[in-house]
Amino acid sequence: MSAGLGITAVLLVVVATLSIGAYGWRFSRTTSDFFVASRSVRPALNASAIGGEYLSAASFLGVAGLVLAFGTDMLWYPVGWTAGYLVLLVLVAAPLRRSGAYTLPDFAEARLESRSVRGTSSLLVVAVGWLYLMPQFQGAGLSLGTVAGTPPWVGGLLVGAVVLVNVFCGGMRSITFVQAFQYWLKLTALLVPAMFLLLVWGGDGAPSPADAGVVAAGVGGDAWASPLESSSAHPLYTTYSIIVATFLGTMGLPHVVVRFYTNPDGRTARRTTLVVLALLGLFYVLPPVYGALGRLYAPDLLTSGATDTVVLELPARMVGGLGGQLLSALTAAGAFAAFLSTSSGLTIAVAGVISQDVLARRFRGVRSFQAGAVVAVVVPLLLAVSAEGVGVARAVGLAFAVAASTFCPLLVLGIWWRRLTDVGAVTGMLVGGALSGGAVVLTLVDGSMTGWPGALVSQPAAWSVPLAFATMVVVSLLTPSRLPVHVSRTMVRLHTPEAVELDRGPSPLDRSSRGSRRTATSPTR
Amino acid sequence: MTDSSPAPQRRVRVTSPRTGAPRTRRATGTSEIDAQSDVGEIYMSSLLRAQLRLAALVLVAVGVLVAGLPLAFQLFPGLLDIRVLGMPLPWVLLAFAVYPVLLALGWLYVRAAERNERDFTDVVERR
Repeated sequence: MSAGLGITAVLLVVVATLSIGAYGWRFSRTTSDFFVASRSVRPALNASAIGGEYLSAASFLGVAGLVLAFGTDMLWYPVGWTAGYLVLLVLVAAPLRRSGAYTLPDFAEARLESRSVRGTSSLLVVAVGWLYLMPQFQGAGLSLGTVAGTPPWVGGLLVGAVVLVNVFCGGMRSITFVQAFQYWLKLTALLVPAMFLLLVWGGDGAPSPADAGVVAAGVGGDAWASPLESSSAHPLYTTYSIIVATFLGTMGLPHVVVRFYTNPDGRTARRTTLVVLALLGLFYVLPPVYGALGRLYAPDLLTSGATDTVVLELPARMVGGLGGQLLSALTAAGAFAAFLSTSSGLTIAVAGVISQDVLARRFRGVRSFQAGAVVAVVVPLLLAVSAEGVGVARAVGLAFAVAASTFCPLLVLGIWWRRLTDVGAVTGMLVGGALSGGAVVLTLVDGSMTGWPGALVSQPAAWSVPLAFATMVVVSLLTPSRLPVHVSRTMVRLHTPEAVELDRGPSPLDRSSRGSRRTATSPTR
Repeated sequence: MTDSSPAPQRRVRVTSPRTGAPRTRRATGTSEIDAQSDVGEIYMSSLLRAQLRLAALVLVAVGVLVAGLPLAFQLFPGLLDIRVLGMPLPWVLLAFAVYPVLLALGWLYVRAAERNERDFTDVVERR
C-alpha cells in the first residue's frame, strides 16, 4: 500500500473525529453532560455509538487475522462478542439504567450500601480499563507502522492525544457523536472493499479457502475448516471457556456498562441494546470474509506471522492499481476509527471512576473529570510504550476473562438476588479477579504449559467464573447480618418501570455526592 | 346553603371520628409497595419472578441454539461434511446464521419484558 494514501486516510479520520467532537463541545456545559450526556441520547444514535465504541482493534483487525491463521473455531470470538450483548440485554440492561448511577462503583455502592464494595469495584474498573487501553495503543502503533512506516510509539501517541483532546473538551456528549460516526465508518471501511474482493474471488472461479493447500505456518485445510479449537490440546474445553468469557464478560466491561447510563430510561436501554445486536451482527459478518480470502490471496502473511494486517493488505493485493490502493487506505481509516472509538469509551469510563473516587476531594465537577482523563490515558500509554510485545489479542482476552469473573457475578446477583451482602460481593470479586488475572499472567510469563494445566490456565473463564459466583453466594449466605437495610427499596428502583409513581429511595447520585461532601468536610477523615 | 333551607337542622356535635364506619381509603398497589407491606412485597416478587423466568428462558434458548453447537459438532462429526451453498455447514452457522437468531431472541425478549412491565403497571395502578 502506498504510504501517502494511508497517511491521508488516517489524518482524515483524525480531523473528522476532532471536528465532530467540536460540534458536541457546544452542548457540553454541566457535569452531567460530561459523564453521561445528560441521559438524553436516543436509541438509534446511542446504539451506533455503542457499536462504534465496542468494535475495537480486536474486532476490526484481530478476527480476520485469527480466522486466517486458525480457521473456523476463531469465529467463536465474534459470535461470543455479539451474544454477550444478548446476555447483557436479558440480565442487566434495564435494571442497570434504572439504578440511576453514573458508574459501576456507583451501582455497587447504591445496591450494597457499602464503601468497601465501591473501593473494590473502582480498583477493578481501572484495572480492566487499563488492560484494554494498553493493547489499543499498541495496535495503533503497529497499524500506523504498517501503513506509514513510523516507529511503534507514534500511533499510540497520536490516538492518545486525539482521545484526550475530545474527552477533555466535550466529555460524553461529544464522544457520543464521534462514536456513532465511527461505527458507520468502520462498517463502510469493511463492507465496500469486501464487495470488490468477493467480485474478484467470484471471477477467479470462487475456489474454497478450505481446499487450498495452505499449510505454511498456520493450520492445514481440514483442521482450518473444523469448528472446534484446533490449536489446543482440549478443544471442547477451550471453546466453552471462550464462550463463557465472551458471553459473560461483555456486561462487565467498564466502557460498555457506562454507556447504559446515557439512555433516558430502562425501556429505551433495552431497545438500544436490541439495535446494538443488529449492528454488531451486520458488522461481524465481514471480518471472517477477509480471513478466508486471505488464505487464498495472502498466504505469505501466515509465514511472516503478520496475520493481523490481512485486512489492511488484502484490497491492494486483490484489486490492484489505484482502486486497490484506495480500498486499502479505506480499511486503514476504519482501523484507526476502531482505535480511536474504543480508546475514547474506555477513557471516559476510567476517567469517571478516577475523578469520583480519587480526585473528587481535590478538584470539583468538570475539572475533576478532566484531570481523571489525563491519568486514564497517560498510564496505559506509558505501559504500551514500555511493555512491547505482550500481544494485542492476549491482553483483550485477559480483560474479558477478568470482567466475566468479577463484574458479571456482581451485576447478576446484585440485580436478581436480594440476599447478596457487601462482604459476599467483595470476597467474590477478589476471588474471581485473583484467579482469572493470576491465570492469564501465568500464561504470559510461562507459555510452555501443555495438556490440561495449559488449557485450564490459558482460558480460565470456564472455572474462574463459576468459582466467583459460588464464593459470592456462599459468603453472602454466611453473613446475613450484613444485608443492606434498604434492599427492598433498591429492588423497586431497579425493576419497576419509571412511569409508575413509586418511592424509589434517594438516587445513588445524591447519595454519593452527599457522601463525598461529608468526607470532604469531616475532620475525622 | 343555610339561606335556602327553611328550617335549619339540629346541630350534631362530633366528638370522635366514626371509626366503626367502612373505610373508604383507596389502597393502590403503588401505596402498598411504598409502605413495604406484605401485599407490596408480593407485587414486587411477582414482577421479579416473571422477568427472571423470561430471562432464564432466553438464556436457555441461547445455550441450546448457540452454545450447544460445539457439543453437536463433537458428537456428530458428520455435520462437518455437510455443505450449504458450497460452504461448510459450521462456517455458514457461525459466520452468518447465528446473528439473525441472536437478534430474533433479543426482539422476542424485549417484547415479552415490556409486556410483563405493562401487566405490573396495570395491576399496581388499578384502583
